[in-house]
Amino acid sequence: MTTSLIIPPAMVLILAGLTLPLFARLGLRSVVLVVAPLVTLWQVLTLTDGIHLAGAFLGQELILLKMDPLSRVFASVFSIMAFAGGLFALHQKSTLELSAAYLYAGSAIGVALAGDLITMFVFWEVMAIGSTIVVLSAGKSALGSGLRYAAIHMLGGVLLMAGVAGEIASTGSVTFDAMDLSTVPRMLIFAGFLVNVGAPPLSAWLADAYPEASWSGMVFLSAFTTKTAVYVLIRGFPGTEILIPIGLFMVFYGIVYAILENDMRRILAYSIVNQVGFMVTGIGIGTEMALNGATAHAFTHIIYKALLLMSAGSVLLMTGKRKCTDLGGLFRTMPLTCAFGIVGALAISSFPWTSGFISKSMISDAAGSEHLAIVWFLLAAASAGVFLHAGIKFPWFVFFQKDSGLRPPEPPLNMLVAMGIMAAFCIGLGIYPKPLYDMLPYPVDYVPYTGAHVVYQLQLLLFSGLAFFLLLGLLKRTMTITLDVDWFWRRPGKAIARFLDRFGVYTWEWLADAIVKGATKAHDALYRNYGPQGIFGRTWPTGTMAFWTTVTLGAVVILSYL
Amino acid sequence: MSLDNIPDTPHSVGGTNGDDNGADHWLVRPDTIRKLWIAFITTLILLVLADLFVEHHPHFGIDGTFGFGAWYGFASCVVLVLGAKALGFFLKRPDTYYDN
Repeated sequence: MTTSLIIPPAMVLILAGLTLPLFARLGLRSVVLVVAPLVTLWQVLTLTDGIHLAGAFLGQELILLKMDPLSRVFASVFSIMAFAGGLFALHQKSTLELSAAYLYAGSAIGVALAGDLITMFVFWEVMAIGSTIVVLSAGKSALGSGLRYAAIHMLGGVLLMAGVAGEIASTGSVTFDAMDLSTVPRMLIFAGFLVNVGAPPLSAWLADAYPEASWSGMVFLSAFTTKTAVYVLIRGFPGTEILIPIGLFMVFYGIVYAILENDMRRILAYSIVNQVGFMVTGIGIGTEMALNGATAHAFTHIIYKALLLMSAGSVLLMTGKRKCTDLGGLFRTMPLTCAFGIVGALAISSFPWTSGFISKSMISDAAGSEHLAIVWFLLAAASAGVFLHAGIKFPWFVFFQKDSGLRPPEPPLNMLVAMGIMAAFCIGLGIYPKPLYDMLPYPVDYVPYTGAHVVYQLQLLLFSGLAFFLLLGLLKRTMTITLDVDWFWRRPGKAIARFLDRFGVYTWEWLADAIVKGATKAHDALYRNYGPQGIFGRTWPTGTMAFWTTVTLGAVVILSYL
Repeated sequence: MSLDNIPDTPHSVGGTNGDDNGADHWLVRPDTIRKLWIAFITTLILLVLADLFVEHHPHFGIDGTFGFGAWYGFASCVVLVLGAKALGFFLKRPDTYYDN
């Protein structure tokens, strides 16, 4: 292998991102946006297993580019995502956003192909920078969310860096392989991963920041951060049992908050946490089938979630509205966007003959095979809940529900084509899952389409649909938000910051005041004694002078005899 | 460009709230909605009956019983919606809450 000639796939996208403003000047922005991810995808699919690029840094042997089946699944879906996202965003006015999005996508691929902890960490941090800029480039309205997003990810980065440094110090090795939670550094690494995966207690960052991004920005954001975290958890902590309750919490947190939510893209943000919860549960179960399921589900999820957010992004772009209470009836003039949204909604619900069905059911079946009854029954209930909160709720409130009076046209052709490609993946993989199964890290001995499984899943979903329409009165949207843990840093946190700010100002003012007063007092005292009227400033009579001289001389004489 | 593909663009911007005397889209007419409900209920009944014709391989026993997916899916959703409403009772705020 001529390692010296290899340009890492991550660098293609990163360079494309960094040079995009230049190409935009030359009128070649669209070309770069479409071609760079395709080159990356080709590279990822043609790289053979093994180490392709290594180098020494700070006395450590870094493995900058290492390919294996798990890395290939994630790197290829990230490339597909960058391609479809770029195609969808061709009309995005902000080149900054797209530049940052490609930097972000490239570094996600960098994480997926990193062979050691330091390389992984560096790309991890570049991702945080890229994604923050994607959020912030939506404009002034996204400033607060963007800064909160950056703060949470800096915290995650600090935990990870402390963990990586500790791991290297204690083991002397930078190898990134399966670990257990036996040491503090490993717990810190684990905690850093959990921040990005959207785990409690900080999960609120996701629904706070992503929906504030632009119509195209959120499409990119939905794919990379949480799924690279899924990747590193599969790589680093497979079978860590604590991930099962964490994943189950995420699953139900996502459903409950999405049920209560009014903003269409925040519904989808909560449902990212929900879906990633399924993957995290699978990683916690840790059998070959469960890890295959988590990997396959990450692949299919990236595609159908991007499709859902493209559909929502099209609605946002064409109407300028994002709340369910303002939307409805759009199927009349946006039938294709509506149809693509429904395909995404069916896929996220694991409807038979869609991609979600062939991936998520592997995780449930892994729980069943391990006789984890509680996990299995909760995942089944959650599957029903997914159809309720995303599968029906999103298309129903946006495209049907009531006639909002809005008659927006379909979005531009490139956006429809991007949605069409993702929809083709959703249905194609649902009908013919073999290409995906062949890519998975472990051999797949799983048949998704049995009569019993299809009938059971259809019953579960369609009766959830019945429940949705019977309970529609309770699900009516209101102009509300639901408080989440971000309340703690947006309200009391802010109050504490303000208090400290004020306390600081008061302390400073008091200190400055005291200094000025002290200086004035000292000056006054000096002035009193040495000023024109002061005791030392007066002209003294000669007699006094003679008297004090005599006293001094007398003292000297006495002292010299002592 | 893609506007050519749209089969039905009856109104320009600013439609009415669906009560314009049958001029609205066929999909939202009461007659259609009734038919959709009939089709939906029929599908549900057939799906439950389909349980009689497939061979179950339950992991735990109860998950292989007649109509399990149907009642479990329905009950889960009812519990989730009621649970969410209960939580919302305490945690819902106007959506201007964080706008100072």
